[in-house]
Amino acid sequence: MDLSYYPGCTLKTKAKSLEDSTIASMAVLGINLVEIQRWNCCGATYSLANDDLAHHLAPVRNLIRVNEQGTNKVGTLCSFCYNALKRANLLMQNDQEKRKTLNDFMEEEMDYNGEVEVVHILEVLRDEIGWGNISEKVKVPLHGLKVAPYYGCTLLRPQEVAIDDVERPTILGSIMEAIGAEVVEFPFATECCGSFQIVSNPDSVTQRAWDILSSALRREAEALVLTCPLCNFNLSQRQQELMRRYSDFKGIPIFYFSQLLALALQLDPQLCHFELSYGEPLSLLKGKELVP
Amino acid sequence: MRVEISSQRLQSDFVKKVEEISGQNLLSCNQCGKCSAGCPMSFVMDSLPNQIIRLVQLGLQEDIASSKTVWICASCLTCSVRCPQGVDLGKVMEALRLINLRKNIDYIETSNISTDTLSELPQIALVGGFRKHTA
Repeated sequence: MDLSYYPGCTLKTKAKSLEDSTIASMAVLGINLVEIQRWNCCGATYSLANDDLAHHLAPVRNLIRVNEQGTNKVGTLCSFCYNALKRANLLMQNDQEKRKTLNDFMEEEMDYNGEVEVVHILEVLRDEIGWGNISEKVKVPLHGLKVAPYYGCTLLRPQEVAIDDVERPTILGSIMEAIGAEVVEFPFATECCGSFQIVSNPDSVTQRAWDILSSALRREAEALVLTCPLCNFNLSQRQQELMRRYSDFKGIPIFYFSQLLALALQLDPQLCHFELSYGEPLSLLKGKELVP
Repeated sequence: MRVEISSQRLQSDFVKKVEEISGQNLLSCNQCGKCSAGCPMSFVMDSLPNQIIRLVQLGLQEDIASSKTVWICASCLTCSVRCPQGVDLGKVMEALRLINLRKNIDYIETSNISTDTLSELPQIALVGGFRKHTA
């Protein structure tokens, strides 16, 4: 089955590991991700201002691209893109006045009324493929690997775009269990990593990374698993600074869920692009004999 | 601290503008403090989120302008999903940032960011950060 797919900017560079491992894994699971044509940046953050329509144009244009191709559903991987596209879509579905203004402004485009459904690939894995079917396809169960699922913000907030329970999500944990990993729950799983404050206030992000990572380590997690490229960057790159500040902090590998999924499906580890990761993720995986 | 409250301040253009941009009814807030309790960035804020909304209710624009809080907010929306009164504080914070940015005053000087940092950061960090902190 084909599914339209919106990658977004970061997945073509820093998060190539998320894209390649997901596309290959989904193909094994029976879903062919088809990249939409002529996509543009989604704007990364959904505009929260009532009187700012200009910033909705970018995500809405992407939804029009999907619609043009005659499909009614688009899958996303980047948490920021998911949030921006999903919220812009809800606006186009529910706010008649703003919808008309936006459509009038984009006179060169076909009118858009929110016909497309925006989903995150994790939802496709849960709702269309199912954990049981994923388990059946696993060739290398990740037995003995203790992972802490970390959700961050934009998959869960606000409520109307949440892919799971806002306060107590299980979707990342369920997929990790489906591929044989041991799930470690920890109280910082839905707390913000500091997000774009890495640009203006990087010290505050260092403290967030410490709170989140040290909590997971106290519960004996060996790795964090997530889906947001910005969470991945903040929680990985800040570890150098944390090692300088805390002599007993030895670091913890950060994985995209799809990297571990691809390994469990015995796909080529090169698809996981571990060279883009910070730290030494491979030494943990080699120690568990999950990569050659 | 002595705070002077006046009807002019309570009904000032500033209060109306925040309500208009955010689309929120500021008087819904009854100062329960749940937003501040759950805020992951409160440890670096000089005024807590519930204090910011109180300052807006009272029209104390100068006190908000001298606080770093709205620039520390990461728009994680934890406050917004937890508010028992349904106030979307994330939108109030956005309105307060925009009132400043729309005067063409940037919070960060982008030319000060090193090329190493620029090439290292993922695009979503840069686009997100510039959207929130520059005019």
